[in-house]
Amino acid sequence: MSLWEYANPKKFMQTSGWLLPIFAVSSAVMLTVGLVWGFFFTADDYRQGSTVKIIFLHVPAALMAINAWFMMLVTSLIWLIRRHHVSALAAKAAAPIGMVMTLIALVTGAVWGQPMWGTWWAWDPRLTSFLILFLFYLGYIAMWASVENPDTAADLTSVLCLVGSVFAVLSRYAVNFWNQGLHQGATFSVDRETNIHSSYYLPAYLCMAGFVALFIALVLLRTRTEIRKRRLQALLVRERLA
Amino acid sequence: MPDLGKYTVEVSMAYGVSLILIFLLVGVSILQARRARRALLEIEERRKSDG
Repeated sequence: MSLWEYANPKKFMQTSGWLLPIFAVSSAVMLTVGLVWGFFFTADDYRQGSTVKIIFLHVPAALMAINAWFMMLVTSLIWLIRRHHVSALAAKAAAPIGMVMTLIALVTGAVWGQPMWGTWWAWDPRLTSFLILFLFYLGYIAMWASVENPDTAADLTSVLCLVGSVFAVLSRYAVNFWNQGLHQGATFSVDRETNIHSSYYLPAYLCMAGFVALFIALVLLRTRTEIRKRRLQALLVRERLA
Repeated sequence: MPDLGKYTVEVSMAYGVSLILIFLLVGVSILQARRARRALLEIEERRKSDG
């Protein structure tokens, strides 16, 4: 069986039809358990107090904000190289999800930053690259909406996605590249010494897994909607011509 | 509700805004999916009945 079979809308609809409820239910369970665990049953940090609980939303949202763009990059490349419509529609479907995740990361970051750094916002490399990534999401969504021909829209948005990938990479590695600004480096590490305490990372990993599952469920749902809309358009055109 | 100390407003705001945005995203996605499904079903039914 080849991965390219899923470029066939019929095959995609069949497979996503049974995958969607699995991801939807698992994301609901993981997010509920992770967030309740994180919010109600974790201790305050000795320096940051209860604001440490924001980590259970901020980190998974930031993770998905960047990875949603990478998923869009891969599907955009597939569109540009192999012209599979489902991959272009999957990229289109993922954009609003990535945009909301970026917004959550920005808002929770600002709310967390105010008591810890004494400011809601600073032109720090990571914060600024995230803001630019958010603007790229808005531009990407606006471009899909403003170009009437769907293939032209897919071409133009794919190129925009390639350009925006620079900021997705910067959002992830800005702290390492510039080594300055207010934002800290990675909170989670494979090194036991530098990783946060297990009472925080266990619910945090659960929330991250929940956000990943939510993203997949929403991409499947929204791609199915886009495929249906495309079929609807085709049928309407056929009716008009008949 | 846990005691959030002097950061009650900040933590509640972070959770409140995030959950509202997530529910909005899920709600709008479901609504759009239902609308598209219904519209497609209608036109397919019409085409069937028209032969």
